Amino acid sequence: MEIKKTSLNKLHQSNNAKFVEFAGYEMPIQYSKGIIEEHKFTRSSSGIFDVSHMGQLFIYGDESLTEELEKIFPLDLKNLKQNCSKYSFLMNEDAGIYDDLIITKIEEGYLIILNAACKDKDYDILSNLLGSKFKMNLDNNRSLIAIQGPKSVEILNSIINGVDQLNFMTGNWFDSDNQKLFVTRSGYTGEDGFEISISNDKAEKFVENLIEKGAQLIGLGARDTLRLEAGLCLYGHELDINKTPVEANLRWAISKSRLSNGGFIGSKKIMNQMQDGASQIRVGIKPEGRLIAREKTKIFNDTDKQIGEITSGTFGPSVNGPIAMGYVDKEFSKVDTKILLEVRGKKHPANICALPFYKKNYVKGVN
Amino acid sequence: MSEVKFSKEHEWITLEGDVATIGITKHATEMLGDIVFAELPEKGSNVEKDGTAGVVESTKAASDVYTPVSGEVVDTNQSIVDDPAKINEDPEGSAWFFKLKIKDTSELDTLMNKEEYDKFAKETSS
Repeated sequence: MEIKKTSLNKLHQSNNAKFVEFAGYEMPIQYSKGIIEEHKFTRSSSGIFDVSHMGQLFIYGDESLTEELEKIFPLDLKNLKQNCSKYSFLMNEDAGIYDDLIITKIEEGYLIILNAACKDKDYDILSNLLGSKFKMNLDNNRSLIAIQGPKSVEILNSIINGVDQLNFMTGNWFDSDNQKLFVTRSGYTGEDGFEISISNDKAEKFVENLIEKGAQLIGLGARDTLRLEAGLCLYGHELDINKTPVEANLRWAISKSRLSNGGFIGSKKIMNQMQDGASQIRVGIKPEGRLIAREKTKIFNDTDKQIGEITSGTFGPSVNGPIAMGYVDKEFSKVDTKILLEVRGKKHPANICALPFYKKNYVKGVN
Repeated sequence: MSEVKFSKEHEWITLEGDVATIGITKHATEMLGDIVFAELPEKGSNVEKDGTAGVVESTKAASDVYTPVSGEVVDTNQSIVDDPAKINEDPEGSAWFFKLKIKDTSELDTLMNKEEYDKFAKETSS
């Protein structure tokens, strides 16, 4: 299959991107400055991420669509205000996660942002569940640009006036340069920031404009270190079809009002696990010293029993040390529990720690 | 000091008497990206030509460091363990990895000179 390219591919090239294949797309892993500098620039200034490979699924409909979606997602969508976003999951009957996603209620219905590797399957699952009653559009004509970091609000507001009035996890349509953009205040770096949905033919010029105002392009490498420092899950690593939201320690994302009556796919398993607890749970892990424990590293207790596995591990540039997330048996999941990580045949000490590794600064209560 | 020689695994080596100094090339550091962890062989241990003698990790991945010649490890560079970023800054100078007392200087004959290595690096990275 031919590798897909986003509408910013040429711009990445002219900015000396090193490319990797990610979910069938040729994506920039880093630019000439490297992952650590890109990471730190995002935390201190403003980083631009091409996330156009992600799915932008528009589903059109009124209250009857809300009712149907409540049968799928563990969310209180009836009481979700227009232009407000929620983090959620598409699950199977066993509460195994097909994908994690952000869903926003818009005037026309809903906009769901899906992971690149999952979007086509998600579309099939959702269209099977919803039938032909609602128009669905997995929009390939729009690019998705994230701008993240403390200076992003000032930079973006100078191009799209009014985005500074958005609260975190809300969005709206904006007019800029004779085009309709959907902007949400959100992101996946632990920083304040925005995601902008823009038509493909306008994306390059828009990003060039952001660069002119002082933002810089950031690759997927730094996106990974940023999200890991922020304690955020990455599908295919922390989350997959064999993990439930309760095991992933994401029960905060399940609306409380939906837990008493259920009625969404996977609700039985979720309600059972909420009551009895899950046998394994996602935790933060800090190796002692400088050792990096990568994905699939086995986790042991002090009597040599395997108690879990790492799902993501790297060096955290802002934490200035190694960080990881993984799953451990429930009895070892308390903060400060001492564990051992087997790396290159030797066991190294590490500690369970609270997430996130890096404290976030989201903007609430602007208006 | 002898001419700098290079291996296909992207190590450099210089010889002074029967003691070789070994590190990784600038080209290797450019391929790896930001190095954030280094592990070195133990002093007093013996390493075999083309065997692993250390590890470097970037933000992206871990890579083995091989020794281009056999010998006994007589010294290691603790400063790159304490501050792995030094490897990106000066890979073919102060950020050497380890020193070996070598047995068989003829093992160096199979290695590349600078010109050959530059050509090899260019061909293999494109």
